[in-house]
Amino acid sequence: MHLHKYEKIWLTLGIASLIVFLSVVGVSAFSQNHTPAGGMETIDPKKVNETAPFDNPGVTQLDDDTYQATIVAMAFGYNAPELRVPVGKEVIFKVTSTDVVHSFTIDNTKVNMMVVPGRITTKSYTFEKPGTYLILCNEYCGTGHHMMYTEIEVYEE
Amino acid sequence: MIALQDRKLALWNIGVAYIAFLIGTLCGLLQVFIRNDALQLPAWLDYYQILTAHGVLLALIFTTFFIFGFFITGMSKSLGSFGPKVRLFSWIGFWVTLLGTVMATVMIISGQASVMYTFYAPLQASGFFYVGLALVIIGTWISSFALVGHYRVWRKNNKGQLSPLFAFMTITTIIMWIIACLGVVATVLFQYIPWAFGWTDTIDVELSRSLFWYFGHPLVYFWLLPAYMAWYLIVPKLLGVKVFSDSLARMSFVLFILFSIPVGFHHQLTEPGISNFWKFLQVVLTFMVIVPSLMTAFSMFATFEIAGRKNGGKGLFGWFTKLPWKDIRFTSIFIAMAFFIPGGAGGIINASFQLNEVVHNTLWIVGHFHITVGTPVAMTFMGITFWLIPYLTGRKFTKSMKVLGLVQIITWSIGMVLMSTAQHLLGLLGAPRRTAYSSYNDHPAALEWFDGILTNHVTMAVGGSILFVSAMILIYIVVMTMFLSPKAVETKDMVDFPLAESDMSNTPKWLENWWIWIGLAAALIALAYAIPLTHMIQNAPPGSEGFKTW
Repeated sequence: MHLHKYEKIWLTLGIASLIVFLSVVGVSAFSQNHTPAGGMETIDPKKVNETAPFDNPGVTQLDDDTYQATIVAMAFGYNAPELRVPVGKEVIFKVTSTDVVHSFTIDNTKVNMMVVPGRITTKSYTFEKPGTYLILCNEYCGTGHHMMYTEIEVYEE
Repeated sequence: MIALQDRKLALWNIGVAYIAFLIGTLCGLLQVFIRNDALQLPAWLDYYQILTAHGVLLALIFTTFFIFGFFITGMSKSLGSFGPKVRLFSWIGFWVTLLGTVMATVMIISGQASVMYTFYAPLQASGFFYVGLALVIIGTWISSFALVGHYRVWRKNNKGQLSPLFAFMTITTIIMWIIACLGVVATVLFQYIPWAFGWTDTIDVELSRSLFWYFGHPLVYFWLLPAYMAWYLIVPKLLGVKVFSDSLARMSFVLFILFSIPVGFHHQLTEPGISNFWKFLQVVLTFMVIVPSLMTAFSMFATFEIAGRKNGGKGLFGWFTKLPWKDIRFTSIFIAMAFFIPGGAGGIINASFQLNEVVHNTLWIVGHFHITVGTPVAMTFMGITFWLIPYLTGRKFTKSMKVLGLVQIITWSIGMVLMSTAQHLLGLLGAPRRTAYSSYNDHPAALEWFDGILTNHVTMAVGGSILFVSAMILIYIVVMTMFLSPKAVETKDMVDFPLAESDMSNTPKWLENWWIWIGLAAALIALAYAIPLTHMIQNAPPGSEGFKTW
């Protein structure tokens, strides 16, 4: 197959920058642990409220530097009493749904988690600034989708 | 001119496409006003109903019918008139697709299917909505097999020859489409329909999402490839030159069979049930489509330069001014291509693994597909419409139509720049997609999003209104060229199908050995999907019952 000389240069540069780009993304993902929300844990969507840790949602301290925030999403709100976490500490968010698919998205952060019934979504995040952050659902879930929100307070210790 | 009966077939497809376009764009207009808090819908009509109709009618129905109208015309022109069987099955395909469309649309309008065109379970629409969707897909398969049959007849009569480029590209698109639809057919037939009619109690949600996106991403290439066909085949003719490289064009198309399908996980990067390894693997495969896109970009600009220099363009960029800017058929497609540069770049951002978290399900995504399918694809289709309908009806494309066409293209561009820029920026700030008007109880963070010069509801509404005006001008042009413009009697008034010549003397024969490409595609799909899907099925949680939350 004949390729024009300029086309060879163009494609070589293009493919080379593609390799560099994907390497950057890959190294950042797997050696620096910058991966999007996910997780492989499952749960019975009809028994969420009786299954640990969702039977007792909210914030718990795991050790000196780690907190866990457990949240149950449902149409059209979040069952997450007293969402208060300290600044500068790792917070592990665990979210599931009792009905349809939702999201758990904290404005101005990289926390943007799809919440799928039957599955538990996990994301670790460390807040750098104190304040009250808006949490909202960005996956269409029904008539009240645009009313589905809550807040999290990040305080200074 | 092609056979009268083939013309009729093509015109019916295009007619249905533009009815869907009319209703779909009207829904779009209502949306921007609701989001601007300037319009309250009556109680029987809901924002999400309109939004579902907008997505289904424009993204699925307008595109599909238009594409088949274009394919039918081009296949009849480049391979000869359809035989009776091909014609019969093309009509059956058309009616089945239309029946499915009407069923799905009635369900949406009657409020029984406000589930968006992604119809994520366990939102449960009426079973007839899913049956309608299944019929749409099956109808397109029947139409596709009719075209494949036509192609096979030609191949039998022209042993050992490469097919004309238009036919080759049509068959490539159809092969990609059929493989892609397997995912959505599997989930709709075996998961959604039994569940929606109550034959099964629950549905495996994550599996249904994965099967949907196995289809959902190549769906965008099903829209894009016919637009690429116009770029490769129509544009050179309008410029008075040949296709830049026949083998390169064919190569880039078969690469789309390989790399447009095993990539659906990049729509699911922020969800559970798929491990990071498989997400990342599909991200890598996603980026492989950049290669044929770079090839296409090179071919296009090479074509422009060759044509511009032929017309006396001098210096490094002098050729640019020598392009036929007054020819609306060319200018429309050129603007469409220009929109695809930021559109494609945005796509790279979206698929970039961790970067996806910043934009996933925000208004950025809405902005993104309005400058991909909403402009590069849609405006290429508009550019095709300007000659395709008069070509099929034998009517004139009058001077006033040419002027209106220019106004239509320019208004669409301005409206889209305003609306999509606002949407992209709002998305970066964090504003979610697919929401009716909401300020989250006047939350300061939400109020701040909409407080900018470009990032506000007014910009979106102004953009949306201009787009609607543009859409109505287009509908006027369609109605005129279809039914009312004067018939072309003299040869100079006849509208032509501008199909460029393509020199096949250096094109290797193996490019048209479809089993190579189908085999490689199957291998890549198995590589990308076999293990994660098996794992997903084997470790499935108890399923979900249906919910009607609207």
